Amino acid sequence: MDWIELFISAGFWAATLRIAAPLIFGTIGELICERAGVLNLGIEGIMTMGAMAGWMWVYEGGSLWGAVFFAAAVGGIFGLLHAILTVHLGLSQHVSGIGITLLASSLSYFLFRMFLPNSTTPPKIVPFQPLEIPYLSELPFLGEAFFSHTALTYLALAIIPIAIYLLYRTPIGLATRMAGENPVALEAQGINVLMIRTGAVVVGSAVMAIGGAYITISAFDAFFFGMINGRGWICIALVIFASWKPGRALFGALLFAGLDAFQVRAQQLAGGDIPYQFFLMLPYLLSIGAMIIISKRMQYPQALLVPFRRGDRI
Amino acid sequence: MQIEPRENISPWRVIVAPVAAIIVAFVLCAFLIAWTGEPIIESYGYLFKGAFGSRFALSETLNRATPLIFTGLAAAVAFRAKFWNIGAEGQLYFGALAATILGTGAITLPPVLMIPFLFIAGALAGGLALLGPVFLKTTLKVDEVVTTLLLNFVILLFVNYLLEGPLKDPMSLGWPQAASIVDEGVLPELMARTRLHIGFLVALAASILIWALMRYTIWGYEIRAVGANPNAARFSGISINRTVFLVAMLSGGLAGMAGITETAGTKGYLTLDLSPGFGYSGIAVAMLANLNPLGVVISAIFLAGIYVGADSMSRAVNIPTYIADVLVALSVLSVLVSLLFVQFRVRWR
Repeated sequence: MDWIELFISAGFWAATLRIAAPLIFGTIGELICERAGVLNLGIEGIMTMGAMAGWMWVYEGGSLWGAVFFAAAVGGIFGLLHAILTVHLGLSQHVSGIGITLLASSLSYFLFRMFLPNSTTPPKIVPFQPLEIPYLSELPFLGEAFFSHTALTYLALAIIPIAIYLLYRTPIGLATRMAGENPVALEAQGINVLMIRTGAVVVGSAVMAIGGAYITISAFDAFFFGMINGRGWICIALVIFASWKPGRALFGALLFAGLDAFQVRAQQLAGGDIPYQFFLMLPYLLSIGAMIIISKRMQYPQALLVPFRRGDRI
Repeated sequence: MQIEPRENISPWRVIVAPVAAIIVAFVLCAFLIAWTGEPIIESYGYLFKGAFGSRFALSETLNRATPLIFTGLAAAVAFRAKFWNIGAEGQLYFGALAATILGTGAITLPPVLMIPFLFIAGALAGGLALLGPVFLKTTLKVDEVVTTLLLNFVILLFVNYLLEGPLKDPMSLGWPQAASIVDEGVLPELMARTRLHIGFLVALAASILIWALMRYTIWGYEIRAVGANPNAARFSGISINRTVFLVAMLSGGLAGMAGITETAGTKGYLTLDLSPGFGYSGIAVAMLANLNPLGVVISAIFLAGIYVGADSMSRAVNIPTYIADVLVALSVLSVLVSLLFVQFRVRWR
């Protein structure tokens, strides 16, 4: 295999899409929270919880789509906790978010161990199967690369236009963006800032949790410890890289996933000349690099991290 | 619901609030224990006995608390200036790398010099690990939360590479571990026939020093000012960038020293499982202590007790050890809420 062949192989593009899907869910979820003015560092834990909850739902005999809803509901509950602490009580968003990550990930491991006390090899489930889109999946190259994915992968791609529509074309989206830019003006419109922010954090967290579930019920078929492995933190970097815009989040996630898919294949090409750990570092280093590139023209929501208390003077 | 600042903060509330919060965390966890079907009081009994019940248990708890004091101080100093260093785990490993590179035969000094030398090297290495993020933060305003977090993964992979390559001990029979620290550099034991070593005393000294620095020096004042209100600090002539840089070096240095206590004290050599997340637990330690350097000692011992106790509890009754992490996380969140009631009054209308 040659370096150029790598980029024109359908497997590479299919893998890129598969790696990007959970990142898209995570990034869009975090973006919704931050657009409303709330940083959600609970993402890493909420994704872990989503991965565990979704997998467990299927393992206990539930349906795959039921698992998606269950993971979203559990994620939403942790989002609600984060919203109560940061939006209603006005506590530090950093501290609360880290606390949520600690709680959600330790609780998922605890519950997993409780349900399966003695499993050494993680048991498996039957995950989402590839959905061959009629006619399109038979196209040479394109069919294998883009039209033979699982339903959850297509949902990941669909969630971007949905997020764009909701954020930019509906009154509730306008209110959400205002809550993150100028909550006082929103309050002057007679809209409850606290409710808008709470709603955004709950919905955003639910979307993140689906991203976690994607890993255990679509990309893979088992849950094990340390599975999320920093994906949540990468999503936070991707939100910054996307300048808080959903369309660019798609671009960022694909770019990132492409590099990740590339590094796995480049490892084989390099054939041990370069230690494999350096390839594994690439995704993390790229995230940091992306943040450096974007830092000059960063336009963050003006009220991000600023708690809103009714009657406070600005 | 209206939240108003209190005009005067009563000292008893400062003490009672976190204690009450931790009791709440234990009660919440009791529901989980009840769910596993084990007796609640008895299980907690095993936990406390395993943590503080014997001379050996106590020595294990204090031994576990030693790196947690350092990483807790690292988080406390940084968070006080609102510099969100979440990278103590990576900085710890950088400190451990310094100990391994310098302390396994490259330099040999008498113990009186060798041990301080290792601690200084570890602190410098820990600071070095934070140099990139603090530089990006002060020049390009790149968010330090993400850079420090992601560097943890990069550093761990780097250590993994070194342990399988250049730093691998040829005598280790295939295990990825580095050579042992020379005898002169090994931290002497504090209690006979236990793993408790003088690193614990160094940690105590560090916390008193940091407390004095934060309270009585101009640097400490500047750090607190930058954290409380960066604009006001700038108008009063404090250089924000210089202060953030100083905080970063202090924080990274403290985390690096945790790497020294583990390589030169507890373990004796560097492995990839040197730290079971001491860097992340340090954040919980600092939060439970409300970022007070002296409080860090108490909360580190408390956390270490939970971890050590949960291990022996899970041997006695059928409860997964992850209960310790759940208990810690619940404590962090409930202490966070309780501190709100210390500073603010909540009025229901």
